[in-house]
Amino acid sequence: MIQFSHVFKRYPGGFDALKDVSLELARGEMAFVTGHSGAGKSTLLRLIALIERPTRGQALVNSRNLARVPRRRIPHFRRELGIVFQDYRLLSDRTVYDNVALPLIVTGTDRREIPRRVRAALDKAGLLEKERMYPVTLSGGEQQRVGIARAVVHRPPLLLADEPTGNLDAQLSDEILELFLDFHRHGTTVLIATHDQRLIERARARVLHLKHGELVRDTGASA
Amino acid sequence: MREYFYRHLQAFFSILGRLARAPLATTATVAVIGITLALPCGLYLVVDNARRLSSGWEGAGQISLFLKREVGEAAAGRLAERLRALPAVAKVEHITREAALAEFKRLSGFGEALDALGRNPLPAVLVVHPATTHSGAATLEALVRELAGLREVDLAQLDLEWVRRLHGWLAIVERGMWLLAGLLGAAVLLIVGNTIRLAVLSRREEIEVVKLVGGTDAFIRRPFLYQGLIQGFMGAVLAWLLLQLSLWALAGPIRELADLYGSGFGPAGLGLDATALLLGAGAGLGWLGSRLAVGWHLRAIEPR
Repeated sequence: MIQFSHVFKRYPGGFDALKDVSLELARGEMAFVTGHSGAGKSTLLRLIALIERPTRGQALVNSRNLARVPRRRIPHFRRELGIVFQDYRLLSDRTVYDNVALPLIVTGTDRREIPRRVRAALDKAGLLEKERMYPVTLSGGEQQRVGIARAVVHRPPLLLADEPTGNLDAQLSDEILELFLDFHRHGTTVLIATHDQRLIERARARVLHLKHGELVRDTGASA
Repeated sequence: MREYFYRHLQAFFSILGRLARAPLATTATVAVIGITLALPCGLYLVVDNARRLSSGWEGAGQISLFLKREVGEAAAGRLAERLRALPAVAKVEHITREAALAEFKRLSGFGEALDALGRNPLPAVLVVHPATTHSGAATLEALVRELAGLREVDLAQLDLEWVRRLHGWLAIVERGMWLLAGLLGAAVLLIVGNTIRLAVLSRREEIEVVKLVGGTDAFIRRPFLYQGLIQGFMGAVLAWLLLQLSLWALAGPIRELADLYGSGFGPAGLGLDATALLLGAGAGLGWLGSRLAVGWHLRAIEPR
């Protein structure tokens, strides 16, 4: 699903966020990217989501060479991903339902199909009875579950999460982890950037350890 | 195809709602656009009405009859009497050779030179004002031919120069109107562009999220384009209302003045064509201003 070979990312000013990173993540696999702040976790995810482009090296995502995706095709490329953010990034002037429906609306999904799929995603996230509420009235854990429902509503083959539990306590983090494990069991490729050691130990999944932009440890594909 | 149409409809109504939720800002923008559009349209009305008014005068030109030199004052006077009796003639002015000379001296400044000639070189002139019932171009031409055939007449000249000059002025004013319309059209582009710029920046977060979930630039642009289109169109409607209001306020005095001249003239508003052009130009300028602004600012907003 993801194939990086000798990928470098240098920011203007000469800061090397990623140095010679090579990795492979098979379809349906689940992995954590970990390391200290500034180790390159977020940069790795941003390259995969084409928010930024690598300075050097080759990156393939979903068998697409990222260097060959022109600017105007980026939206179509992103429709094959689901992204979960640490700060949820929900639209505060729209209801839970409308937030989750957004990926379907932008892709021009048949409007008779939308309610069914939004409710399926909300049901999975345990938010079915909150669809008419606005994000600010929800707790942090609930808001993140809305974020996850939005990330999976269009059933992407690849789910990315950047510190998804960064703002949540242990119990809520476990609930969120359960959701990710569930998507993994249903065949979605999941890549989570986190420095939450407890979460990684509970998940018992593959771990990619970044240090100063270099991949220093890879526990390898796990069962 | 139906989904596409439905999405456009959705963008249209969501933007209507957004505009209605900020009535003050919307009203201010629409008012500025309306006043800006009303200016060239008002000038157009002035030109159009002046043209309509003066087209009625075209036939009411005077005919100057330059009499032969051997025709004396008394004979000229008798001719004037005869002409006054014609049904096609409303009025005849008799300008004697002396009067013509005095006027020429006064106006031309060649008095000294004329004195040196010793005798008056100017002919006597009869100025014939045709009756309004005979002011058509063809009947007028016929009258001129008839008068030119008179034994006493040397030259008959239909005097329409001043009408032509008026039309010359109107042509200049009209050209000026188009220049003004061009400048104010550019102003509308800037007004709408600035409004849309603020709208884009205030929705920055939403735009980033939409880009992250795979929204194309066209999808993001759509509501802003409708916003520009709607504001431009509403501005044009306001401009139309302003013009109607001005006409209504001016109609009374204009009619009184026209009555004093014995004319049935009343000011005309924008015709169907001009109204359609105004509304189309408003909506088109709104759309274009928005397109330019969104194209410019959307590139700057990339997800973090």
